[in-house]
Amino acid sequence: MNWLIFALAFWLAAWAANVTMARSKWSDTALVRYAVPIIFGMTLLVAWEALVHSFNVSAAILPAPSAVADTFANSTGLLWVDFKQTVLKGALSGYFIGAGAAFVMAVLIDRSPFLTRGLLPIGNFVAALPIVGIAPILVSWFGFDWQSKAAVVVVMVFFPVLVNTVQGLRETDAMLRDLMKTYAAGYFKTLWKLRIPAAMPFIFNGLKVGATLALIGAIVAEYFGSPTRGMGFRISTGVGSLSIDLVWAEIAVAALAGTMFYGVVAWIEKKVTFWHPSQRG
Amino acid sequence: MTKTALSVLTVLATIVVIWYLAVAPMNIRVALDQAARAGAEIEPPSAVERRNVPILTLMSNNRDHIAAGYDLDRPRLPTPMQVGEELWKTTGAMVLKGRTWSKRSLIYHGWITLQSTFWGFLLGTTIGIVGAIAIVQSRVIEMSVMPWAIISQAIPIVALAPMIIVLSSQVGIEGRGFPKALISSYLCFFPVLVGMVKGLRSPTAEQLDLLKTYSASGVQRFLKLRMPASLPYLFTSLKIGIAAALVGAIIGELPTGAISGLGARILIGDQFGTPLAIWAALFAAAILAGVLVTLLDRTQHVLLRRMGMRS
Repeated sequence: MNWLIFALAFWLAAWAANVTMARSKWSDTALVRYAVPIIFGMTLLVAWEALVHSFNVSAAILPAPSAVADTFANSTGLLWVDFKQTVLKGALSGYFIGAGAAFVMAVLIDRSPFLTRGLLPIGNFVAALPIVGIAPILVSWFGFDWQSKAAVVVVMVFFPVLVNTVQGLRETDAMLRDLMKTYAAGYFKTLWKLRIPAAMPFIFNGLKVGATLALIGAIVAEYFGSPTRGMGFRISTGVGSLSIDLVWAEIAVAALAGTMFYGVVAWIEKKVTFWHPSQRG
Repeated sequence: MTKTALSVLTVLATIVVIWYLAVAPMNIRVALDQAARAGAEIEPPSAVERRNVPILTLMSNNRDHIAAGYDLDRPRLPTPMQVGEELWKTTGAMVLKGRTWSKRSLIYHGWITLQSTFWGFLLGTTIGIVGAIAIVQSRVIEMSVMPWAIISQAIPIVALAPMIIVLSSQVGIEGRGFPKALISSYLCFFPVLVGMVKGLRSPTAEQLDLLKTYSASGVQRFLKLRMPASLPYLFTSLKIGIAAALVGAIIGELPTGAISGLGARILIGDQFGTPLAIWAALFAAAILAGVLVTLLDRTQHVLLRRMGMRS
Protein backbone atom coordinates (compact mmCIF):
# COMPACT_ATOMS: atom_id res chain seq x y z
CA MET A 1 0.00 0.00 0.00
CA ASN A 2 2.84 2.35 0.91
CA TRP A 3 4.29 1.72 -2.51
CA LEU A 4 1.12 2.81 -4.26
CA ILE A 5 0.95 6.05 -2.27
CA PHE A 6 4.60 6.71 -3.00
CA ALA A 7 4.07 6.09 -6.72
CA LEU A 8 1.05 8.37 -6.78
CA ALA A 9 2.95 11.13 -4.97
CA PHE A 10 5.92 10.68 -7.29
CA TRP A 11 3.66 10.88 -10.30
CA LEU A 12 1.99 14.08 -9.11
CA ALA A 13 5.32 15.70 -8.23
CA ALA A 14 6.86 14.69 -11.56
CA TRP A 15 3.85 15.97 -13.47
CA ALA A 16 3.95 19.29 -11.63
CA ALA A 17 7.69 19.58 -12.29
CA ASN A 18 7.19 18.86 -15.98
CA VAL A 19 4.35 21.37 -16.31
CA THR A 20 6.40 24.05 -14.59
CA MET A 21 9.42 23.36 -16.74
CA ALA A 22 7.48 23.27 -20.00
CA ARG A 23 5.77 26.54 -19.22
CA SER A 24 8.84 28.33 -17.90
CA LYS A 25 10.88 30.64 -20.06
CA TRP A 26 13.61 27.99 -20.29
CA SER A 27 11.30 25.52 -22.06
CA ASP A 28 13.39 25.62 -25.24
CA THR A 29 16.75 24.95 -23.63
CA ALA A 30 18.44 21.59 -24.18
CA LEU A 31 18.37 20.84 -20.45
CA VAL A 32 14.57 21.03 -20.23
CA ARG A 33 14.09 19.19 -23.49
CA TYR A 34 16.01 16.24 -22.06
CA ALA A 35 14.78 16.51 -18.48
CA VAL A 36 11.05 16.39 -19.26
CA PRO A 37 11.00 13.05 -21.11
CA ILE A 38 13.49 11.53 -18.64
CA ILE A 39 11.26 12.46 -15.69
CA PHE A 40 8.27 11.02 -17.56
CA GLY A 41 10.17 7.77 -18.17
CA MET A 42 11.15 7.56 -14.51
CA THR A 43 7.50 7.94 -13.53
CA LEU A 44 6.67 4.87 -15.61
CA LEU A 45 9.46 2.87 -13.96
CA VAL A 46 8.32 3.91 -10.47
CA ALA A 47 4.74 2.94 -11.32
CA TRP A 48 5.94 -0.47 -12.53
CA GLU A 49 8.03 -1.01 -9.38
CA ALA A 50 5.09 0.01 -7.19
CA LEU A 51 2.63 -2.26 -8.97
CA VAL A 52 4.91 -5.27 -8.62
CA HIS A 53 5.51 -4.69 -4.90
CA SER A 54 2.02 -3.73 -3.83
CA PHE A 55 0.29 -6.60 -5.64
CA ASN A 56 3.08 -9.12 -4.86
CA VAL A 57 3.46 -10.08 -8.49
CA SER A 58 5.59 -13.21 -8.79
CA ALA A 59 9.04 -12.69 -10.31
CA ALA A 60 8.17 -15.47 -12.77
CA ILE A 61 5.50 -13.24 -14.28
CA LEU A 62 6.77 -9.68 -14.06
CA PRO A 63 9.98 -8.85 -12.19
CA ALA A 64 10.40 -5.35 -10.74
CA PRO A 65 12.73 -2.97 -12.59
CA SER A 66 15.14 -3.10 -9.63
CA ALA A 67 15.35 -6.90 -9.93
CA VAL A 68 15.98 -6.55 -13.66
CA ALA A 69 18.73 -4.02 -12.98
CA ASP A 70 20.29 -6.48 -10.50
CA THR A 71 20.28 -9.29 -13.06
CA PHE A 72 21.63 -6.90 -15.67
CA ALA A 73 24.56 -5.94 -13.45
CA ASN A 74 25.26 -9.58 -12.49
CA SER A 75 25.24 -11.04 -16.00
CA THR A 76 27.01 -8.40 -18.06
CA GLY A 77 29.37 -11.05 -19.43
CA LEU A 78 26.54 -13.16 -20.82
CA LEU A 79 24.71 -10.12 -22.16
CA TRP A 80 27.88 -8.94 -23.91
CA VAL A 81 28.31 -12.31 -25.65
CA ASP A 82 24.69 -12.16 -26.86
CA PHE A 83 25.09 -8.53 -27.89
CA LYS A 84 28.18 -9.37 -29.95
CA GLN A 85 26.44 -12.31 -31.65
CA THR A 86 23.15 -10.58 -32.48
CA VAL A 87 23.91 -6.88 -32.84
CA LEU A 88 27.54 -6.63 -33.93
CA LYS A 89 27.68 -9.76 -36.09
CA GLY A 90 24.09 -10.28 -37.26
CA ALA A 91 22.40 -6.89 -37.39
CA LEU A 92 25.28 -4.52 -38.17
CA SER A 93 26.98 -6.56 -40.88
CA GLY A 94 23.61 -7.22 -42.51
CA TYR A 95 22.72 -3.55 -42.23
CA PHE A 96 25.89 -2.40 -43.98
CA ILE A 97 25.65 -5.01 -46.73
CA GLY A 98 21.94 -4.36 -47.31
CA ALA A 99 22.17 -0.57 -47.28
CA GLY A 100 25.30 -0.61 -49.44
CA ALA A 101 23.78 -2.97 -51.99
CA ALA A 102 20.58 -0.92 -52.09
CA PHE A 103 22.54 2.29 -52.66
CA VAL A 104 24.59 0.83 -55.54
CA MET A 105 21.46 -0.72 -57.06
CA ALA A 106 19.60 2.61 -56.80
CA VAL A 107 22.38 4.51 -58.60
CA LEU A 108 22.43 1.87 -61.34
CA ILE A 109 18.65 1.79 -61.76
CA ASP A 110 18.51 5.57 -61.79
CA ARG A 111 20.27 5.63 -65.18
CA SER A 112 17.19 4.06 -66.79
CA PRO A 113 13.87 5.93 -66.35
CA PHE A 114 12.11 2.79 -67.59
CA LEU A 115 13.51 0.66 -64.76
CA THR A 116 12.87 3.40 -62.19
CA ARG A 117 9.21 3.59 -63.14
CA GLY A 118 8.86 -0.18 -62.91
CA LEU A 119 10.84 -0.69 -59.74
CA LEU A 120 9.46 2.06 -57.54
CA PRO A 121 5.92 0.62 -57.15
CA ILE A 122 7.30 -2.90 -56.67
CA GLY A 123 9.88 -1.71 -54.16
CA ASN A 124 7.26 0.26 -52.26
CA PHE A 125 5.03 -2.80 -52.15
CA VAL A 126 7.78 -5.16 -51.02
CA ALA A 127 8.88 -2.66 -48.33
CA ALA A 128 5.37 -2.95 -46.82
CA LEU A 129 5.38 -6.77 -46.78
CA PRO A 130 6.02 -8.90 -43.70
CA ILE A 131 9.53 -9.79 -44.90
CA VAL A 132 10.46 -11.21 -41.47
CA GLY A 133 8.61 -14.34 -42.63
CA ILE A 134 11.52 -15.33 -44.87
CA ALA A 135 13.66 -15.83 -41.76
CA PRO A 136 13.15 -19.64 -41.61
CA ILE A 137 13.97 -19.98 -45.32
CA LEU A 138 17.19 -18.00 -45.01
CA VAL A 139 18.15 -19.89 -41.84
CA SER A 140 17.82 -23.15 -43.78
CA TRP A 141 19.92 -21.72 -46.63
CA PHE A 142 22.75 -20.11 -44.67
CA GLY A 143 22.93 -22.24 -41.52
CA PHE A 144 22.43 -21.43 -37.85
CA ASP A 145 25.25 -18.97 -37.27
CA TRP A 146 25.20 -15.19 -37.74
CA GLN A 147 25.43 -15.36 -41.55
CA SER A 148 21.76 -16.32 -41.84
CA LYS A 149 20.78 -13.50 -39.45
CA ALA A 150 22.77 -11.03 -41.52
CA ALA A 151 21.02 -12.35 -44.64
CA VAL A 152 17.58 -11.68 -43.12
CA VAL A 153 18.69 -8.16 -42.17
CA VAL A 154 20.06 -7.57 -45.69
CA VAL A 155 16.69 -8.37 -47.26
CA MET A 156 14.76 -6.31 -44.71
CA VAL A 157 16.97 -3.23 -44.99
CA PHE A 158 17.37 -3.41 -48.76
CA PHE A 159 13.94 -2.25 -49.94
CA PRO A 160 13.35 0.81 -47.75
CA VAL A 161 16.83 2.12 -48.57
CA LEU A 162 16.43 1.32 -52.28
CA VAL A 163 13.07 3.06 -52.64
CA ASN A 164 14.17 6.14 -50.71
CA THR A 165 17.46 6.47 -52.56
CA VAL A 166 15.80 6.18 -55.98
CA GLN A 167 13.29 8.82 -54.92
CA GLY A 168 16.03 11.05 -53.54
CA LEU A 169 18.10 10.84 -56.73
CA ARG A 170 15.14 12.25 -58.62
CA GLU A 171 14.94 15.25 -56.28
CA THR A 172 17.14 17.69 -58.19
CA ASP A 173 15.20 19.81 -60.65
CA ALA A 174 16.16 20.56 -64.24
CA MET A 175 17.46 24.00 -63.31
CA LEU A 176 20.15 22.63 -61.00
CA ARG A 177 21.17 19.95 -63.45
CA ASP A 178 21.42 22.55 -66.21
CA LEU A 179 23.64 24.60 -63.97
CA MET A 180 25.95 21.60 -63.55
CA LYS A 181 25.95 21.21 -67.32
CA THR A 182 27.06 24.81 -67.78
CA TYR A 183 29.93 23.99 -65.43
CA ALA A 184 30.79 21.21 -67.93
CA ALA A 185 30.29 18.59 -65.20
CA GLY A 186 29.91 15.04 -66.50
CA TYR A 187 27.54 12.34 -65.21
CA PHE A 188 29.75 11.24 -62.34
CA LYS A 189 30.62 14.76 -61.24
CA THR A 190 26.94 15.74 -61.26
CA LEU A 191 26.10 12.59 -59.35
CA TRP A 192 28.78 13.12 -56.74
CA LYS A 193 28.53 16.90 -56.28
CA LEU A 194 24.83 17.51 -56.78
CA ARG A 195 22.50 14.53 -56.85
CA ILE A 196 23.83 12.36 -54.03
CA PRO A 197 24.03 15.29 -51.58
CA ALA A 198 20.52 16.34 -52.61
CA ALA A 199 19.32 12.75 -52.07
CA MET A 200 20.82 12.53 -48.57
CA PRO A 201 17.66 13.50 -46.58
CA PHE A 202 15.80 10.71 -48.41
CA ILE A 203 18.61 8.19 -48.03
CA PHE A 204 18.72 8.85 -44.30
CA ASN A 205 14.97 8.31 -44.07
CA GLY A 206 15.54 4.86 -45.52
CA LEU A 207 18.56 4.27 -43.28
CA LYS A 208 16.55 5.19 -40.17
CA VAL A 209 13.71 2.85 -41.10
CA GLY A 210 16.33 0.18 -41.78
CA ALA A 211 17.98 0.75 -38.39
CA THR A 212 14.78 -0.21 -36.55
CA LEU A 213 14.20 -3.18 -38.87
CA ALA A 214 17.74 -4.54 -38.57
CA LEU A 215 17.45 -5.58 -34.93
CA ILE A 216 13.98 -7.07 -35.47
CA GLY A 217 15.34 -9.20 -38.31
CA ALA A 218 18.38 -10.39 -36.40
CA ILE A 219 16.34 -11.37 -33.33
CA VAL A 220 13.49 -13.08 -35.23
CA ALA A 221 15.96 -15.14 -37.24
CA GLU A 222 17.38 -16.51 -33.98
CA TYR A 223 13.97 -17.89 -33.03
CA PHE A 224 14.37 -20.26 -35.99
CA GLY A 225 17.69 -21.71 -34.94
CA SER A 226 20.94 -20.29 -33.63
CA PRO A 227 24.10 -21.34 -31.83
CA THR A 228 23.67 -21.29 -28.04
CA ARG A 229 24.15 -17.55 -27.79
CA GLY A 230 22.39 -14.49 -29.09
CA MET A 231 19.61 -12.27 -27.79
CA GLY A 232 16.75 -14.03 -29.58
CA PHE A 233 18.06 -17.42 -28.40
CA ARG A 234 18.35 -16.20 -24.79
CA ILE A 235 14.87 -14.69 -24.85
CA SER A 236 13.17 -17.78 -26.24
CA THR A 237 14.98 -20.16 -23.87
CA GLY A 238 14.55 -17.73 -20.96
CA VAL A 239 10.79 -17.68 -21.41
CA GLY A 240 10.81 -21.48 -21.46
CA SER A 241 12.91 -21.84 -18.28
CA LEU A 242 11.12 -19.04 -16.40
CA SER A 243 14.25 -16.89 -15.94
CA ILE A 244 12.11 -13.90 -16.74
CA ASP A 245 14.44 -11.34 -15.14
CA LEU A 246 17.17 -12.35 -17.60
CA VAL A 247 14.68 -11.97 -20.45
CA TRP A 248 13.91 -8.43 -19.31
CA ALA A 249 17.61 -7.64 -18.99
CA GLU A 250 17.99 -8.89 -22.57
CA ILE A 251 15.04 -6.70 -23.62
CA ALA A 252 16.76 -3.75 -21.95
CA VAL A 253 19.91 -4.47 -23.97
CA ALA A 254 17.83 -4.69 -27.15
CA ALA A 255 16.11 -1.40 -26.32
CA LEU A 256 19.42 0.32 -25.59
CA ALA A 257 21.05 -1.10 -28.70
CA GLY A 258 18.09 -0.13 -30.89
CA THR A 259 17.90 3.39 -29.49
CA MET A 260 21.64 3.94 -29.78
CA PHE A 261 21.73 2.57 -33.30
CA TYR A 262 18.90 4.87 -34.33
CA GLY A 263 20.50 7.77 -32.45
CA VAL A 264 23.84 7.32 -34.22
CA VAL A 265 22.15 7.25 -37.63
CA ALA A 266 20.12 10.36 -36.73
CA TRP A 267 23.28 12.08 -35.47
CA ILE A 268 25.15 11.35 -38.70
CA GLU A 269 22.12 12.61 -40.60
CA LYS A 270 22.31 15.87 -38.69
CA LYS A 271 25.97 16.27 -39.61
CA VAL A 272 25.48 15.35 -43.27
CA THR A 273 22.23 17.17 -44.05
CA PHE A 274 22.82 20.26 -41.89
CA TRP A 275 21.64 22.40 -44.82
CA HIS A 276 18.16 20.84 -44.99
CA PRO A 277 15.24 22.93 -43.60
CA SER A 278 14.14 20.08 -41.30
CA GLN A 279 17.55 20.16 -39.56
CA ARG A 280 17.80 23.93 -39.13
CA GLY A 281 14.56 24.19 -37.16
CA MET B 1 -0.24 5.03 -66.78
CA THR B 2 0.26 2.37 -69.47
CA LYS B 3 3.94 3.29 -69.52
CA THR B 4 4.19 2.58 -65.78
CA ALA B 5 2.25 -0.66 -66.14
CA LEU B 6 4.59 -1.76 -68.93
CA SER B 7 7.69 -1.03 -66.81
CA VAL B 8 6.24 -2.80 -63.79
CA LEU B 9 5.38 -5.85 -65.88
CA THR B 10 8.86 -5.91 -67.42
CA VAL B 11 10.53 -5.76 -64.01
CA LEU B 12 8.20 -8.47 -62.68
CA ALA B 13 8.93 -10.69 -65.69
CA THR B 14 12.67 -10.19 -65.15
CA ILE B 15 12.31 -11.20 -61.50
CA VAL B 16 10.43 -14.38 -62.48
CA VAL B 17 13.08 -15.28 -65.09
CA ILE B 18 15.90 -14.76 -62.57
CA TRP B 19 13.93 -16.84 -60.05
CA TYR B 20 13.57 -19.73 -62.54
CA LEU B 21 17.27 -19.55 -63.40
CA ALA B 22 18.22 -19.59 -59.71
CA VAL B 23 16.18 -22.71 -59.00
CA ALA B 24 18.64 -25.02 -60.83
CA PRO B 25 21.80 -24.14 -58.84
CA MET B 26 19.85 -23.85 -55.57
CA ASN B 27 18.29 -27.30 -55.89
CA ILE B 28 20.99 -29.26 -57.67
CA ARG B 29 22.39 -30.87 -54.51
CA VAL B 30 18.98 -32.01 -53.27
CA ALA B 31 18.09 -33.26 -56.75
CA LEU B 32 21.34 -35.25 -57.02
CA ASP B 33 20.91 -36.77 -53.56
CA GLN B 34 17.45 -37.90 -54.54
CA ALA B 35 18.59 -39.30 -57.89
CA ALA B 36 21.48 -41.15 -56.21
CA ARG B 37 19.07 -42.75 -53.76
CA ALA B 38 16.90 -43.81 -56.70
CA GLY B 39 19.94 -45.59 -58.16
CA ALA B 40 20.98 -43.18 -60.91
CA GLU B 41 24.65 -42.71 -61.76
CA ILE B 42 25.91 -39.44 -60.34
CA GLU B 43 29.36 -37.89 -60.65
CA PRO B 44 30.84 -37.97 -57.96
CA PRO B 45 28.80 -40.88 -56.59
CA SER B 46 28.87 -40.36 -52.81
CA ALA B 47 27.05 -37.56 -51.00
CA VAL B 48 30.10 -36.80 -48.85
CA GLU B 49 32.29 -36.22 -51.90
CA ARG B 50 29.63 -34.07 -53.51
CA ARG B 51 29.60 -31.70 -50.57
CA ASN B 52 32.99 -30.24 -51.52
CA VAL B 53 32.35 -29.96 -55.27
CA PRO B 54 31.34 -26.46 -56.49
CA ILE B 55 27.76 -26.17 -57.69
CA LEU B 56 28.66 -25.25 -61.27
CA THR B 57 30.88 -28.34 -61.63
CA LEU B 58 28.07 -30.49 -60.23
CA MET B 59 25.67 -29.01 -62.76
CA SER B 60 27.92 -29.50 -65.77
CA ASN B 61 28.81 -33.08 -64.72
CA ASN B 62 25.18 -34.13 -64.20
CA ARG B 63 23.28 -32.25 -66.88
CA ASP B 64 20.52 -34.87 -67.06
CA HIS B 65 19.52 -34.29 -63.46
CA ILE B 66 19.19 -30.49 -63.54
CA ALA B 67 15.57 -30.75 -64.65
CA ALA B 68 14.75 -32.80 -61.55
CA GLY B 69 15.52 -29.72 -59.43
CA TYR B 70 12.40 -28.09 -60.82
CA ASP B 71 10.10 -30.77 -59.48
CA LEU B 72 11.13 -31.57 -55.91
CA ASP B 73 8.81 -32.18 -52.98
CA ARG B 74 11.04 -30.32 -50.55
CA PRO B 75 13.05 -27.88 -52.66
CA ARG B 76 15.44 -25.34 -51.16
CA LEU B 77 13.98 -22.87 -53.64
CA PRO B 78 10.63 -23.81 -55.19
CA THR B 79 9.68 -22.54 -58.64
CA PRO B 80 7.03 -19.79 -58.88
CA MET B 81 4.84 -22.46 -60.49
CA GLN B 82 5.12 -24.74 -57.43
CA VAL B 83 4.34 -21.87 -55.08
CA GLY B 84 1.30 -20.95 -57.19
CA GLU B 85 0.09 -24.55 -57.18
CA GLU B 86 0.51 -24.82 -53.42
CA LEU B 87 -1.36 -21.53 -52.96
CA TRP B 88 -4.21 -22.78 -55.13
CA LYS B 89 -4.30 -26.15 -53.36
CA THR B 90 -4.65 -24.46 -49.98
CA THR B 91 -7.13 -21.77 -51.00
CA GLY B 92 -9.21 -22.12 -54.18
CA ALA B 93 -9.19 -25.90 -54.32
CA MET B 94 -10.26 -26.06 -50.66
CA VAL B 95 -13.18 -23.77 -51.38
CA LEU B 96 -14.26 -25.94 -54.33
CA LYS B 97 -14.18 -28.99 -52.08
CA GLY B 98 -16.26 -27.11 -49.50
CA ARG B 99 -13.50 -27.17 -46.90
CA THR B 100 -12.87 -23.44 -46.72
CA TRP B 101 -12.44 -23.45 -42.94
CA SER B 102 -10.36 -26.61 -42.68
CA LYS B 103 -7.13 -26.34 -40.68
CA ARG B 104 -5.16 -26.92 -43.87
CA SER B 105 -6.75 -24.00 -45.64
CA LEU B 106 -4.81 -20.75 -45.88
CA ILE B 107 -8.12 -18.88 -45.96
CA TYR B 108 -8.74 -20.06 -42.40
CA HIS B 109 -5.22 -19.08 -41.27
CA GLY B 110 -5.41 -15.80 -43.16
CA TRP B 111 -8.68 -15.02 -41.39
CA ILE B 112 -7.09 -15.62 -37.98
CA THR B 113 -4.21 -13.29 -38.83
CA LEU B 114 -6.60 -10.76 -40.34
CA GLN B 115 -8.59 -10.60 -37.11
CA SER B 116 -5.51 -9.80 -35.01
CA THR B 117 -4.44 -7.32 -37.67
CA PHE B 118 -7.83 -5.65 -37.54
CA TRP B 119 -7.96 -5.34 -33.75
CA GLY B 120 -4.34 -4.23 -33.62
CA PHE B 121 -5.03 -1.69 -36.33
CA LEU B 122 -8.07 -0.38 -34.47
CA LEU B 123 -6.21 -0.15 -31.17
CA GLY B 124 -3.08 1.34 -32.74
CA THR B 125 -5.03 3.90 -34.76
CA THR B 126 -7.01 4.95 -31.69
CA ILE B 127 -3.84 5.35 -29.63
CA GLY B 128 -2.19 7.21 -32.48
CA ILE B 129 -5.07 9.64 -33.03
CA VAL B 130 -5.76 10.28 -29.34
CA GLY B 131 -2.04 10.70 -28.72
CA ALA B 132 -1.70 13.13 -31.61
CA ILE B 133 -4.64 15.23 -30.35
CA ALA B 134 -3.11 15.32 -26.85
CA ILE B 135 0.29 16.24 -28.26
CA VAL B 136 -1.12 19.04 -30.41
CA GLN B 137 -3.14 20.41 -27.47
CA SER B 138 -0.56 20.23 -24.70
CA ARG B 139 3.07 21.19 -24.80
CA VAL B 140 3.89 19.20 -21.65
CA ILE B 141 2.53 16.02 -23.20
CA GLU B 142 4.41 16.69 -26.39
CA MET B 143 7.68 17.19 -24.54
CA SER B 144 7.30 14.13 -22.33
CA VAL B 145 5.68 11.63 -24.71
CA MET B 146 7.11 12.38 -28.16
CA PRO B 147 10.72 11.28 -27.43
CA TRP B 148 9.42 8.01 -25.94
CA ALA B 149 7.19 7.40 -28.94
CA ILE B 150 10.28 7.61 -31.14
CA ILE B 151 12.32 5.42 -28.79
CA SER B 152 9.51 2.86 -28.67
CA GLN B 153 10.02 2.21 -32.37
CA ALA B 154 13.74 1.70 -31.93
CA ILE B 155 13.02 -1.03 -29.36
CA PRO B 156 12.72 -4.29 -31.26
CA ILE B 157 9.16 -5.47 -30.55
CA VAL B 158 10.13 -9.08 -31.27
CA ALA B 159 12.15 -9.07 -28.08
CA LEU B 160 9.08 -8.00 -26.13
CA ALA B 161 6.63 -10.26 -27.97
CA PRO B 162 7.18 -13.46 -25.92
CA MET B 163 6.88 -11.45 -22.70
CA ILE B 164 3.61 -9.86 -23.80
CA ILE B 165 2.20 -13.32 -24.48
CA VAL B 166 3.42 -14.76 -21.15
CA LEU B 167 2.07 -11.76 -19.24
CA SER B 168 -1.35 -11.74 -20.83
CA SER B 169 -1.81 -15.47 -20.25
CA GLN B 170 -0.81 -15.03 -16.59
CA VAL B 171 -3.21 -12.16 -16.13
CA GLY B 172 -5.92 -14.55 -17.26
CA ILE B 173 -6.58 -13.53 -20.84
CA GLU B 174 -7.49 -16.60 -22.86
CA GLY B 175 -6.18 -17.24 -26.34
CA ARG B 176 -3.64 -15.42 -28.43
CA GLY B 177 -5.93 -12.86 -30.01
CA PHE B 178 -5.29 -10.13 -27.46
CA PRO B 179 -1.48 -10.30 -27.18
CA LYS B 180 -1.20 -10.50 -30.96
CA ALA B 181 -3.39 -7.43 -31.35
CA LEU B 182 -1.27 -5.65 -28.75
CA ILE B 183 1.96 -6.42 -30.62
CA SER B 184 0.43 -5.35 -33.87
CA SER B 185 -0.87 -2.08 -32.38
CA TYR B 186 2.65 -1.37 -31.07
CA LEU B 187 3.97 -1.26 -34.63
CA CYS B 188 0.86 0.43 -35.98
CA PHE B 189 0.38 3.42 -33.68
CA PHE B 190 3.58 5.26 -34.53
CA PRO B 191 3.00 6.14 -38.20
CA VAL B 192 -0.55 7.22 -37.32
CA LEU B 193 0.69 9.39 -34.44
CA VAL B 194 3.35 11.12 -36.52
CA GLY B 195 1.04 11.60 -39.51
CA MET B 196 -1.80 12.97 -37.38
CA VAL B 197 0.47 15.43 -35.53
CA LYS B 198 1.62 16.70 -38.92
CA GLY B 199 -1.96 16.80 -40.21
CA LEU B 200 -3.46 18.56 -37.20
CA ARG B 201 -0.75 21.20 -37.50
CA SER B 202 -1.17 21.60 -41.25
CA PRO B 203 -3.69 24.54 -41.18
CA THR B 204 -1.84 27.76 -41.94
CA ALA B 205 -1.78 30.80 -39.67
CA GLU B 206 -4.14 32.61 -42.06
CA GLN B 207 -6.74 29.85 -41.83
CA LEU B 208 -6.52 29.88 -38.04
CA ASP B 209 -6.82 33.67 -38.03
CA LEU B 210 -9.88 33.52 -40.24
CA LEU B 211 -11.61 31.24 -37.74
CA LYS B 212 -10.65 33.68 -35.01
CA THR B 213 -12.42 36.49 -36.87
CA TYR B 214 -15.48 34.22 -36.94
CA SER B 215 -15.02 34.12 -33.14
CA ALA B 216 -14.81 30.32 -33.25
CA SER B 217 -14.13 28.56 -29.96
CA GLY B 218 -11.20 26.22 -29.46
CA VAL B 219 -13.40 23.17 -29.95
CA GLN B 220 -14.92 24.58 -33.11
CA ARG B 221 -11.50 25.44 -34.45
CA PHE B 222 -10.49 21.86 -33.81
CA LEU B 223 -13.57 20.20 -35.30
CA LYS B 224 -14.08 22.48 -38.31
CA LEU B 225 -10.51 23.16 -39.33
CA ARG B 226 -7.87 20.93 -37.81
CA MET B 227 -9.76 17.63 -38.07
CA PRO B 228 -10.76 17.94 -41.75
CA ALA B 229 -7.35 19.32 -42.67
CA SER B 230 -5.65 16.27 -41.16
CA LEU B 231 -7.64 13.69 -43.17
CA PRO B 232 -5.25 13.35 -46.14
CA TYR B 233 -2.37 12.88 -43.68
CA LEU B 234 -4.43 10.39 -41.70
CA PHE B 235 -5.09 8.18 -44.71
CA THR B 236 -1.47 8.21 -45.82
CA SER B 237 -0.44 7.02 -42.38
CA LEU B 238 -3.32 4.53 -42.14
CA LYS B 239 -1.93 2.80 -45.23
CA ILE B 240 1.48 2.48 -43.58
CA GLY B 241 -0.23 1.54 -40.31
CA ILE B 242 -2.26 -1.36 -41.70
CA ALA B 243 0.84 -2.86 -43.34
CA ALA B 244 2.68 -2.48 -40.04
CA ALA B 245 -0.25 -4.04 -38.17
CA LEU B 246 -0.07 -7.11 -40.43
CA VAL B 247 3.67 -7.40 -39.85
CA GLY B 248 2.97 -7.15 -36.12
CA ALA B 249 0.30 -9.86 -36.19
CA ILE B 250 2.66 -12.22 -38.02
CA ILE B 251 5.55 -11.40 -35.66
CA GLY B 252 3.17 -12.13 -32.79
CA GLU B 253 2.66 -15.62 -34.18
CA LEU B 254 6.29 -16.43 -35.01
CA PRO B 255 8.21 -16.80 -31.75
CA THR B 256 5.45 -18.24 -29.64
CA GLY B 257 4.42 -21.62 -30.94
CA ALA B 258 1.04 -20.46 -32.23
CA ILE B 259 -0.88 -23.09 -34.19
CA SER B 260 -3.17 -20.98 -36.35
CA GLY B 261 -2.48 -17.91 -38.44
CA LEU B 262 -0.16 -17.23 -41.37
CA GLY B 263 2.83 -16.78 -39.06
CA ALA B 264 2.06 -20.16 -37.49
CA ARG B 265 2.00 -21.75 -40.97
CA ILE B 266 5.51 -20.37 -41.52
CA LEU B 267 6.60 -21.70 -38.11
CA ILE B 268 5.06 -25.14 -38.70
CA GLY B 269 6.43 -25.29 -42.23
CA ASP B 270 9.87 -24.71 -40.76
CA GLN B 271 9.50 -27.36 -38.05
CA PHE B 272 8.15 -30.03 -40.40
CA GLY B 273 10.55 -29.18 -43.22
CA THR B 274 7.90 -28.31 -45.80
CA PRO B 275 9.28 -25.26 -47.60
CA LEU B 276 6.32 -25.08 -49.97
CA ALA B 277 4.00 -24.36 -47.03
CA ILE B 278 6.28 -21.50 -45.91
CA TRP B 279 6.38 -19.97 -49.38
CA ALA B 280 2.62 -20.27 -49.82
CA ALA B 281 2.01 -18.59 -46.44
CA LEU B 282 4.47 -15.82 -47.35
CA PHE B 283 2.69 -15.11 -50.61
CA ALA B 284 -0.69 -15.26 -48.91
CA ALA B 285 0.58 -12.63 -46.44
CA ALA B 286 1.81 -10.48 -49.33
CA ILE B 287 -1.56 -10.74 -51.09
CA LEU B 288 -3.36 -9.89 -47.85
CA ALA B 289 -1.14 -6.81 -47.37
CA GLY B 290 -1.81 -5.74 -50.95
CA VAL B 291 -5.58 -6.11 -50.58
CA LEU B 292 -5.67 -4.18 -47.28
CA VAL B 293 -3.60 -1.27 -48.56
CA THR B 294 -5.62 -1.10 -51.79
CA LEU B 295 -8.89 -1.05 -49.84
CA LEU B 296 -7.70 1.90 -47.74
CA ASP B 297 -6.40 3.63 -50.86
CA ARG B 298 -9.82 3.37 -52.55
CA THR B 299 -11.59 4.62 -49.40
CA GLN B 300 -9.22 7.57 -49.25
CA HIS B 301 -9.88 8.37 -52.90
CA VAL B 302 -13.67 8.32 -52.55
CA LEU B 303 -13.79 10.11 -49.19
CA LEU B 304 -11.43 12.94 -50.08
CA ARG B 305 -13.21 13.52 -53.36
CA ARG B 306 -16.54 13.79 -51.52
CA MET B 307 -15.02 16.31 -49.15
CA GLY B 308 -13.88 18.38 -52.09
CA MET B 309 -10.17 17.73 -51.61
CA ARG B 310 -8.06 16.62 -54.51
CA SER B 311 -6.60 13.17 -54.22
